[in-house]
Amino acid sequence: MAEAKEPNPEFTRKVVEAGGKTVNLCFQCGTCTGSCPSGRQTAFRVRKVVRRAQLGFEEDVLPSEDLWLCTTCFTCYERCPRGVEIVDIIMALRNMAVRKGYMAEAHRKVAKGICETGHLVTLRDEDKALRKKLGLQETPPTVFSHAEALEQMKKIAAVCGFDKLVASGGK
Amino acid sequence: MAKYAFFLGCIMPLRYPGIESSTREVMKSLGVELVDMQGASCCPAPGVMRSFDQTYWMTVAARNLAIAEKMGMDVLTICNGCFDTLFEVAHKLNHDPELRKKINKNLRDAAGMEYGGTVNVRHFVELLYRDVGLEAIRAKVKGGKNLKAAVHYGCHFLKPSNIKKIDDAERPHVFDDIVEAAGMTSLVYKDKGMCCGAGGGVRARTPDVALKMTKENLVNMTAAGAEVIVDCCPFCHLQYDVGEVQLKEFKIPVLHLSQLLGLAFGLEKDKLGLEVHQVKVNL
Repeated sequence: MAEAKEPNPEFTRKVVEAGGKTVNLCFQCGTCTGSCPSGRQTAFRVRKVVRRAQLGFEEDVLPSEDLWLCTTCFTCYERCPRGVEIVDIIMALRNMAVRKGYMAEAHRKVAKGICETGHLVTLRDEDKALRKKLGLQETPPTVFSHAEALEQMKKIAAVCGFDKLVASGGK
Repeated sequence: MAKYAFFLGCIMPLRYPGIESSTREVMKSLGVELVDMQGASCCPAPGVMRSFDQTYWMTVAARNLAIAEKMGMDVLTICNGCFDTLFEVAHKLNHDPELRKKINKNLRDAAGMEYGGTVNVRHFVELLYRDVGLEAIRAKVKGGKNLKAAVHYGCHFLKPSNIKKIDDAERPHVFDDIVEAAGMTSLVYKDKGMCCGAGGGVRARTPDVALKMTKENLVNMTAAGAEVIVDCCPFCHLQYDVGEVQLKEFKIPVLHLSQLLGLAFGLEKDKLGLEVHQVKVNL
């Protein structure tokens, strides 16, 4: 007979502290899974993610791909009869997962972009040309136009340790 | 004339600048003045940045809010993602002095800035409905075609509704009402209100999964006879516009509400920037 896993309340407490403060309210009705647009297309079951967080099954929940199939659409959050703030729990778990090195390269690239340029999308010559044609300022009046603003952004990343997190991939 | 700090974000100014020029023109004609936020950055995007580090996410958002605060204006955005980040962070920081103190320490150390907790964040659809009003919109419509429109609300315009308090998250009407005021017919379709698939970092990490959600929406819109998809978010806009080309079987043009209003108000078509759309717009 397979051994039953022991709950780990210490991990559950960490989830609560990281922002998943309503995790213990869940009674596993499955309204979330039934409402989930991503779960319609995949084997992702948001109810199970919440259950694993609730029981403190860190090794099941943090490495799981499921954690990253949530589009944060908030449909489950809206419909939950217990008021469980499910997206906040997912976010708390993701923050913990990336610090264990579970960071997809595609996401690391996005985060690297904001560290280096202050934006997620690049400014190409063709974008400038179209902006000019539309009567807009060629370079948007954002960090792209202000060197000191980009410096501030880089310092925020340093102060928060975000640049190091992204560079190391959490490992 | 009401004045707002206009938050540009990333996808609109860089990939669909026609949404920006349309927004500027449409708002001007409705008596809303938009003032640029010099040195603003990415909101930052709730999908990846909030998933990685909520303290960094809030600190960068607080910097953007502090820029608007210094201008003495509330923020206006035309993007659900930017709205989600800026509204939610403003909500947290405006109501929680302890958290504001913590985030302000980062902001001071890094940028010599501080956020005082006084800025409200507005989504342009909600502003059009509540402040400008349907009558003022109707008065600007120059005629043109009555198109069957599949309105896509996206997720973060209305939700989480406990803090956004704009409309019923299950059966909303404000966006449909504006589209109808612009002379279009807003369609009822299956699972209207479902996510486009792009959010939460899903488009970047598992684009095939995102595209399956997009396809389900497109099938439902097609079944209802949609002649145009109308969105209020450049990320949903990108997901549909690029997604249709990837899926090959759909050809429904995708317009941001600003562009639809631009058409209805009779703006010059070359101000709408439709030539960069992947799905040809011939309306």
